Amino acid sequence: MQVIVNISLKYGVLDPQGRAIGRSLSDLGFQEVGDVRVGKRITLEIDETDEARTRQRVARMCETLLANTVIEDYEIEINAGDEA
Amino acid sequence: MSLSALRVTVIVFPGSNCDRDMMVAIEKLAGRRPALVWHKETGLEATDLVIFPGGFSYGDYLRCGALAARAPIMEAVLDHAARGGAVMGICNGFQILLETGLLPGVLVENAGLKYVCRNTCIEVVGGTPSPFTDGLQAGQQMIIPVAHNEGNYFASDDDLQRLEDNGQIAFRYADSDIVGPSNPNGAARDIAGIVSANGRVMGMMPHPERAISPELGSADGATLLTACLEALSA
Repeated sequence: MQVIVNISLKYGVLDPQGRAIGRSLSDLGFQEVGDVRVGKRITLEIDETDEARTRQRVARMCETLLANTVIEDYEIEINAGDEA
Repeated sequence: MSLSALRVTVIVFPGSNCDRDMMVAIEKLAGRRPALVWHKETGLEATDLVIFPGGFSYGDYLRCGALAARAPIMEAVLDHAARGGAVMGICNGFQILLETGLLPGVLVENAGLKYVCRNTCIEVVGGTPSPFTDGLQAGQQMIIPVAHNEGNYFASDDDLQRLEDNGQIAFRYADSDIVGPSNPNGAARDIAGIVSANGRVMGMMPHPERAISPELGSADGATLLTACLEALSA
């Protein structure tokens, strides 16, 4: 199954890249834009059919490597029936 | 122990680029060539100091230092640290030590969003007993270059306060007439380097191995490294 991990900076952590993008958007006339945060999306193809077990394993992957939980949060999305 | 009896190990990753500079610096200052150990090794020969050099281990993929911190050699390094062995990380090496959890916090992108390569003035802070600062004077200033894109030290307010209260801030960027504005990257509390609670693990962004003779612009890195080597061989 396909698993998508979304990694974002925790609130309160300075995101210089997001801030620069926000400034550029505002310069381009998009004054409605407030806070901008940049994240990462990691797509995993996993050889597994049990959704609960997959979620648990991917959470461990996030804790051990994919995210640095000092500054980052992660969200796990599972596309179970989405086999192409 | 004499200085030349000190056994220093430099860990090498794909993308390390200060491993040889560090080897040359240590050999010049201690009189004995350190062992270079490839990251795929799983054991360490007996060693008095493990050094993680600067560079771009694994191309900085995922996060700086993240993949190196999980390399095969790390288990042996963590054992060495758990026994109270000394560990030093410079620049990317500092990023790796934070990713292993041997030191608290994280290094994020420079506040100015630019790679910074220039001399900085750092000031010794210290406090907690540590071979990395014991041989230096509190307030002593040194000119040592930085070269990094992710050197902006960040930690929770609690961790920052703990570092401060425990005397674990080893070096701070300081104002200097010679090199201009102090903090090159936006680091919290101007932190350039920290030590672990037991003082045995130290990480810093500036590169002492690039400042080992006046011909290189400064010999202050030699002062810093020699103080560490002498403390470890005492």
